[in-house]
Amino acid sequence: MKSLAELQKIKARMQDRVVLREGSGDIRVVVGMATCGIAAGARPVLNEFVKDVSEEGLSDKVTVSQTGCIGICQYEPVVEIFEADKEKVTYVKMTAEKAKEVVEKHLKGGSVVEQYTIGAYQS
Amino acid sequence: MVRAQVLICGGTGCTSSGSPKIRAEFETQIKNFDLESEVKLVQTGCFGLCSLGPVVIVYPDGTFYSRVTVEDVPEIVEEHLLKGRPVERLVYNDAAETADENVETALSETRFYKAQKRVALRNCGVIDPENIEEYIAMDGYAALGKALTEMTPEDVIKCVSDSGLRGRGGGGFPTGRKWALCAPNKAPQKYVVCNADEGDPGAFMDRSVLEGDPHAIIEAMAIAGYAIGATKGFVYVRAEYPIAVKRLAIAIGQAREYGLLGDDIFGSGFSFDLQIRLGAGAFVCGEETALMTSIEGNRGEPRPRPPYPAVKGLFGCPTVENNVETFANIPQIILNGAEWFASMGTEKSKGTKVFALGGKINNTGLVEIPMGTTLRQIIEDIGGGIPNGKKFKAAQTGGPSGGCIPESLIDTPVDYDNLTAIGCMMGSGGLIIMDEDSCMVDMAKFFLDFTVDESCGKCTPCRVGMKRLMEMLEKITSGNGTLEDLDRIEELCYYIKENSLCGLGQTAPNPVLATLKFFREEYVSHVVDKKCPAGVCKDLLTYTIDKDKCIGCGLCARNCPVNAITRTDYIAPGHKKESLEIHADKCIKCGACMSNCKFKAISKK
Repeated sequence: MKSLAELQKIKARMQDRVVLREGSGDIRVVVGMATCGIAAGARPVLNEFVKDVSEEGLSDKVTVSQTGCIGICQYEPVVEIFEADKEKVTYVKMTAEKAKEVVEKHLKGGSVVEQYTIGAYQS
Repeated sequence: MVRAQVLICGGTGCTSSGSPKIRAEFETQIKNFDLESEVKLVQTGCFGLCSLGPVVIVYPDGTFYSRVTVEDVPEIVEEHLLKGRPVERLVYNDAAETADENVETALSETRFYKAQKRVALRNCGVIDPENIEEYIAMDGYAALGKALTEMTPEDVIKCVSDSGLRGRGGGGFPTGRKWALCAPNKAPQKYVVCNADEGDPGAFMDRSVLEGDPHAIIEAMAIAGYAIGATKGFVYVRAEYPIAVKRLAIAIGQAREYGLLGDDIFGSGFSFDLQIRLGAGAFVCGEETALMTSIEGNRGEPRPRPPYPAVKGLFGCPTVENNVETFANIPQIILNGAEWFASMGTEKSKGTKVFALGGKINNTGLVEIPMGTTLRQIIEDIGGGIPNGKKFKAAQTGGPSGGCIPESLIDTPVDYDNLTAIGCMMGSGGLIIMDEDSCMVDMAKFFLDFTVDESCGKCTPCRVGMKRLMEMLEKITSGNGTLEDLDRIEELCYYIKENSLCGLGQTAPNPVLATLKFFREEYVSHVVDKKCPAGVCKDLLTYTIDKDKCIGCGLCARNCPVNAITRTDYIAPGHKKESLEIHADKCIKCGACMSNCKFKAISKK
């Protein structure tokens, strides 16, 4: 180790791996992974979120986690996004492509992708 | 991409309750469910809740599973990792919070962790101790970098002095002052020594730090080396800590590989390297001068001070010796500043202290609390109270060198000076809780038995005095003591304290003195009434059968190993068979009859 910069480089590279354990993200992305969700294709959605959040460098503020069935099985795969002081956003009938868009627009850009939310489907 | 991590405790406690098998099963099951690319297994150091081991934590949700068995693993993998439903029956639930319907799944929210403040243990149970990069990701070696590139050795010493950090091994000597005493001494060679010869029965703070965060010790020792001008260090660790030794050796290897030990660290021109020395488990080697004698290759015996190690220590060179927990605080102090550290704790005891909680307490394990937390908070909030609804009697601190805190002083804020003021001692951090079933004379005898064994024999007050003290205690617990013996015991205690050569002898009578001070009436009961109020000292016990409660089943007689129980000719009203009686002359007081009686007809007094 010849310089602090070298140390910083290792730290930056490893950050993703340990940040998961701190669970200190301001934003929580929760993917429904019950039988209904998995059957409807929640796994690729979850993996897409994990991959994109890390690639976009959002790991320190976004935590991706999974949950069980929330009761609206016909809308699976369901993804809920919790953010402090904001209303919960529920995305339904998700796919990996939609997930990518949500990361880009919602998590990064801060604007809800209205057409994928449960409100858009129910109205 | 990794979306979930499974942390499995690899500390000594969980290893002995089976965590290696659980880890293997997780590996198999994760393969079975084809989750290898999504879920990562990490072996960590001690989480602290050893009584609930083996412990498994699943992130990102932080779900805390306790007492996991190999059979539980497939369920956790399928339900939680595949389907996202925590297995609630295995999730740790605070006993005190049963009124709450929601099972507390996150570890950080439990009562055990909430009141804690983790500085020395901050990485224990969080990172993989065998991976230097995980340590670096948690700001590891940043303090060493800061010290070497931005601070002078004087700055480092000033920072440690201002923080108010005191030696965590028990003595409580200010760490900054120790370094400042050594730094100006000119010598061709100086040393930094880490005392990891943790010997108090029931104490395992240092072991857990070495097992869970070995790089913190390496980093701190390098910082100390820079501050005092030393280029070599030794870690003296007992051979009974195989996991700690292994992980420390791996960590030292990795630090060398990354150039964090060796020549010209961070391009600063400063060089430092470390070696491990294994101790053979002699208690006296935890004493600083005996430890150095042992590193030098000689029999571990203390030497008189002065000269102090800061002037003439290891191999006759100026040496700084600190304990593991003391070192574990150093990187955090350098990184966050002296003020940050000094903001925690009490006026003269800054920061936090790690305690190994044991004895009659629900949550046996490792806790780190800010100085000044009361004993009541530690026992009732963090420790989860005393099992089976028993009453708290006393807490033993400081192991064989310490004293005890009786119930009347349970609200004392725990710090160096408060404990010394009540005739107790902080010690290295062993905290043994005793309930109404513990005999204080027996407790004193237990620790004395330990120090008699461990006395190195170099000086007479310790070698002979302790043995005589032990004999007098035995006389009391066998029912042959007199009131004059109590006075003689006290006199001998003070004599040993004043005249012994090293810390072992100077503190060894403390358990006796403290129990005599707070529980003299228990000694008097043993001497005058020939009774042991707690029902521990066998020679003073008699087992009797209540003939009217006895239904005459004969179970006690069948279980008696010495045939001391026979049938009488008395039949209690309402029963059909003759009751039984115990013959005191044959009875060996093993208690087998009492534990087998289903009708609570047998009592001991």
